[in-house]
Amino acid sequence: MEELVNLFHGFAVALQPFNIMVMVVGIVLGVLIGVLPGLGGANGVAILLPLTFSMSPTSAIIMLSCIYWGALFGGAITSILFNIPGEPWSVATTFDGYPMAQKGKAGEALTAAFTSSFVGALFAVVMITLVAPLVASFALQFGPAEKFAVYFLAFCSFVGLSKEPPFKTIAAMMIGFALAAVGLDSITGQLRLTFGMTHLLNGFDFLIAVIGLFGIGEILLTMEEGLAFRGGNAKINLRVVLQTWKELPAYWITSLRSCLIGCWMGVTPAGATPASFMSYGIAKRVAKKGNNFGKGEIEGVVAPETAAHAAGTAALLPMLSLGVPGSPTAAVLLGGLLIWGLQPGPMLFVEQKEFVWGLIASMYLGNIVGLLVVLTCVPVFAAILRVPFSIIAPLILVLCAIGAYSVHSSTFDVVLMLVFGVIGYLLKKANYPLAPLVLAIVLGDKAEEAFRQSLLGSQGSLGIFFSNTLVSSIMVLGLIALFWSAIQQGYTRLRGATA
Amino acid sequence: MTTGSSSNTGPTHKLVEAGITLLIALFGVIVIAGSLKAGINWGAEGPRAGFFPFYIGIFIVASSAVNLWNGLREDDGRLFAEWGQLRQVMSVVIPTAIYVGAMPFTGLYVASIFFIAWFMRWLGKYPWLTVLAVALGMPIVTYFIFERWFMVPLPKGPVEEWLDL
Repeated sequence: MEELVNLFHGFAVALQPFNIMVMVVGIVLGVLIGVLPGLGGANGVAILLPLTFSMSPTSAIIMLSCIYWGALFGGAITSILFNIPGEPWSVATTFDGYPMAQKGKAGEALTAAFTSSFVGALFAVVMITLVAPLVASFALQFGPAEKFAVYFLAFCSFVGLSKEPPFKTIAAMMIGFALAAVGLDSITGQLRLTFGMTHLLNGFDFLIAVIGLFGIGEILLTMEEGLAFRGGNAKINLRVVLQTWKELPAYWITSLRSCLIGCWMGVTPAGATPASFMSYGIAKRVAKKGNNFGKGEIEGVVAPETAAHAAGTAALLPMLSLGVPGSPTAAVLLGGLLIWGLQPGPMLFVEQKEFVWGLIASMYLGNIVGLLVVLTCVPVFAAILRVPFSIIAPLILVLCAIGAYSVHSSTFDVVLMLVFGVIGYLLKKANYPLAPLVLAIVLGDKAEEAFRQSLLGSQGSLGIFFSNTLVSSIMVLGLIALFWSAIQQGYTRLRGATA
Repeated sequence: MTTGSSSNTGPTHKLVEAGITLLIALFGVIVIAGSLKAGINWGAEGPRAGFFPFYIGIFIVASSAVNLWNGLREDDGRLFAEWGQLRQVMSVVIPTAIYVGAMPFTGLYVASIFFIAWFMRWLGKYPWLTVLAVALGMPIVTYFIFERWFMVPLPKGPVEEWLDL
């Protein structure tokens, strides 16, 4: 087993004292980001990305991925204690987590949430360990047409699986592609869409877009709602933890199902949020005590948390092995790879073994560290939540500005960030999904390059995308994903007609 | 969620959404225009620079047309937001715009001090002592973390120069 040897090398890298320290710092920052409104996984990582410029790529990715794990853990704290989802993927956790807290069972709910998160993540990491090298070695044979087909599949899944109207998803995505196209054309070296503005020569940096759309936009939404935190106390002690752990194995079927849903939704870029809702919905339908869901059923915490964390982790699989991130946060991490001078995609597994396996090993360790940190420090994080929003908000805005500035040391980027923030607020209110927009900015140039190179090879014929079994099957999968909701509707109507 | 009866009015969701959709369509038109300028046909080296964005622009305009149609069809009389809520949002956007605009001249630190102080004093109504502690504390902590430990330079103005930081 070559992979196993590699993994052990990875553990040796991840266990270096500096990397362990980086891991703990990352987790703590991540939980903070997950707890605070307006700071999410994606823009939290984006803001802190410049801090890693002076680190080695391996330590840098360990820190940033740990921020991501921390944010996944942190979202559950606010959902359960305050009925305020810190992250979109913890909305489903509020359904049963908050009623549990109101019944005085906050400790149980938190323990169940953290433990399920851990189980989901572990399942996904094991899957990444086993599957990612295979996918990568398979993907090494991909030509430009296959590459484009993979991008096509990724973006079609967005349209088919997201809960927003499909044409709004398409519009958001295409805005992203258009923004990515601004500036120097990588193939011909020609300038385009700059309209003579020198600031636009280098195009739009997706980090600025992420900080604006997710960070500033979220603050504006929170301001509109006039949030006030009201919540129960967090009491969590060893006895409660052990007692809950004794209870949890009874829900192993729910756990396993949620892991599978999470992994599937994470790999296809549907992401953690739909995964958690889907898992909750299915658990509610299937569980014996399904009628009690929404009144404080522990199973109703297990299902969404497991799926969200599995999806969040699984999103790194296509990012590492194909260079196609499965979530906005994975997209930011991918942007980090580019900045550190690494080329994401299958070659990473050949050329940067230490980096890849160090990262995978750190996923195991980071989640263990994360579980310990959140179980022991919940009261501290809950206390931070009681700091009023009128203090938190300006501090987060200043942090966003610092993050946006330090990407290119440009104050123009800070202005852009604010513009993106207002756009993000409006788009979110009008029900446009932001994740495909960001992913399109990240992948736009690569998708275009693959598309144009394929067309060059075929002298402009679109037939190249159906020229062999591999590429046509990926394209067909993409088309199925694209029309998924229409197919589903047709199927239900058909069944209704025959019944 | 509607508490005050005086602030129960606001722009309708339908109207604002139509406006947003039209703006997106306009963006699509700009993209198409820019692509045409860059050239959308085939050159010596294959598809020219405007080839790909041209079709992206078409997609934006086309999907906006569908969104506009869908948006105008449904009429539930829902509000986009109440005026009071929009005022809240603007009370963040305008100071942030001033903050961002002042940054190139005053540097990040001085601008941040005033921005945080304004936010806490006017929106939070905190006593001056708390305001000063947070407004001065945050930039100082930022200075040490970013400039000293991680060596990321942040924009500075005349005050920092005078302090020789």
